[in-house]
Amino acid sequence: MRMTDVLRRTRAAALGAMTAGFVLLGGAASPAVADSSPSAGPTDAEDGAAPTLAGTSFRTATEIEQGQEATANGSAGDYMYWSFPADAEQRPTVEATVKLPEGARSASSTWQIDVYDGLRRRQACQYGAQTRTAGQSADTASVELSCTLRTVRAWSEPWANDPLPGTYYIRLTVTDVATADLGMPVGAEVRVDSKDMGGAAAVDGSLAEPLVPGIAAQADEDEESEDTATAVLSSIEPEDGWSSGWWSDRWVWTAVGGVLAALAGVGGYALTRGSGRPSRVPPPGA
Amino acid sequence: MITRQRLAAGACALLAALTAGIAVPSGAVADETAADKDAPKVDLVLDVSGSMRTRDIDGASRMAAAKQAFNEVLDATPEDVELGIRTLGADYPGDDRRTGCKDTAQLYPVGPLDRTEAKTAVATLTPTGWTPIGPALLKAADDLEGGNGTKRIVLISDGEDTCAPLDPCEVAREIAAKGIGLTIDTLGLVPNAKMRVQLSCIAEATGGTYTSVEHTDELTDRVNQLVDRAADPVVVPEAVEGTDVCAKAPQLGSGVYTDREEFGQERWYRVDVLPGQELRASVSVAADRGVDPSYGLLVRAVTVHGREIVRGEATGTGRTDVLSTGLRYPKPERDDADTDDGGKPAAETVCVGIAHSFSPAEGVKTTPGLPVETTIDIVGGPGDADDVAAFGLGRGWWLLGVLVLVGFLAGLVWGWVSRWRVAVWRTN
Repeated sequence: MRMTDVLRRTRAAALGAMTAGFVLLGGAASPAVADSSPSAGPTDAEDGAAPTLAGTSFRTATEIEQGQEATANGSAGDYMYWSFPADAEQRPTVEATVKLPEGARSASSTWQIDVYDGLRRRQACQYGAQTRTAGQSADTASVELSCTLRTVRAWSEPWANDPLPGTYYIRLTVTDVATADLGMPVGAEVRVDSKDMGGAAAVDGSLAEPLVPGIAAQADEDEESEDTATAVLSSIEPEDGWSSGWWSDRWVWTAVGGVLAALAGVGGYALTRGSGRPSRVPPPGA
Repeated sequence: MITRQRLAAGACALLAALTAGIAVPSGAVADETAADKDAPKVDLVLDVSGSMRTRDIDGASRMAAAKQAFNEVLDATPEDVELGIRTLGADYPGDDRRTGCKDTAQLYPVGPLDRTEAKTAVATLTPTGWTPIGPALLKAADDLEGGNGTKRIVLISDGEDTCAPLDPCEVAREIAAKGIGLTIDTLGLVPNAKMRVQLSCIAEATGGTYTSVEHTDELTDRVNQLVDRAADPVVVPEAVEGTDVCAKAPQLGSGVYTDREEFGQERWYRVDVLPGQELRASVSVAADRGVDPSYGLLVRAVTVHGREIVRGEATGTGRTDVLSTGLRYPKPERDDADTDDGGKPAAETVCVGIAHSFSPAEGVKTTPGLPVETTIDIVGGPGDADDVAAFGLGRGWWLLGVLVLVGFLAGLVWGWVSRWRVAVWRTN
């Protein structure tokens, strides 16, 4: 009971202090970087129009932004590829809808989305129906698929396959289809949204470069020539650039903790002094 | 949140400026996506066999639908695409199989497009002969020869190949094995089951797509989409040939490479990594033919002495186009960089070995091997992580509680100590 009470009280105090901390930090930081608008966004997506084509391989994957609703027309049996950027502390959710042609199909079909990271390693889905089967009857007009990845971390050991900041690939395909339905026209919609997990997912360490395929070649070309438009594996970048990885709300928590500890220290000290002068001590000059 | 993003953006710019300085030496780049890239080439291969007379697409004949679609596609073809048209079964109406199966002709050569001329040529077509898909694909591949732009064949057919034993699917695989980066997309007009299997086999052998067409607008949309897709710039991988032992393996730098790996084979490459650099390798093995439904892929980074550093593994079941995995090897910074010979620290040669466990389905040819696409990136090494949390900072109500409690206790103790000191001082 006492612990909860203490916690509740500290929570109120901490909230106040944290707000103060945020305001202070924000005030201090914004003038310095207020003009650093993201300028190096991906060129194709800059006009804001959502892509209407899907790629057919990792190399030709259509680049989409998070929050963009990409559509594509294809046929059953196509492998459709998209790629999107995901940064540290984000937990992306990929949602895809497959629109089946009107009328009955000859058999049921199974659809699947797979998500791969910048190293083309398959990434596990925490939640979501990654695979679904569409029935044969005409009233199944669409299949909804979803995949929530693990939270992207800024760093991981080379032996782990934790999601790291960089390009992510989505592959949408039919994994089981009757020969008679092969090649039937289908529509696909893909959207990626991510939840910001904040400082809870802030880990130590960072990558020198995000896990964007071909980034080594890109860095060189940037130095050599700016004007030639050459094909690159992935020119993907989040809207506001890759986070540098040093900032997290852990700074605020720790700083606020320090302030609160100091205040509590002063409080504790004051308690031992009582209010006013100890009665035994005569006033000065007495 | 805004604070975070702004700070992040600012810091990111700074970081970018810093990392640009320590980026990879430019000599390591092998990927020649050259600025002098040639125009993308597309060859439309149209079946003009007798069966195209059938009137079952929106009430018109298949030929009429194809002609209408071609007209619209020719209008919409992007300027920079070199387009050609090849026919099959257009000229020989007879019954002699041997002659009929050679009947393929270039209707319009691959090159800068003269829309009127191309349309006139298409208008003259009348459904005539056999369906020699295999020979037509071989000729179409020759039409597209040369240049380093993307190459696409769009095959439009309404019947399966009538010129066995030359299996068009084998032909497609042979074309793919030439390593000229050619993709074949197939469209089946009102297809039957056998034809679907054949056309999708051709498409899958080259990483292309197969579409069934029942309506004229579907045909137009799809062909347009395919031609547009050819115009998109794509990185063309460089062909390399890995070896079965690391000692003789070819040296790779940053770039994209393609190779062929037969069933049960292992492929090795060598990559030089300097201390403080990170090697990233991703490997995709494409299943371009019928394979058994369970398969795996193993990529290993091994030292020259045979010690395994790190591996990437992937397994899968069911229908797939590729199986891919990757690995990351950050070589630690050398501590004693300034001790011996004062020069550059020596690069470590890392052997990258690729082994897949696809097994061929019954009756499927095993040569050439499955296409392997390898992406190598050599970038700066990652920062060290000394703690689980960022900078070892804390977070959460427990942290605040502990800090407050400890602060409070410290205050109390301090207060008592100072009272005691005052009391001692007074008594003395």
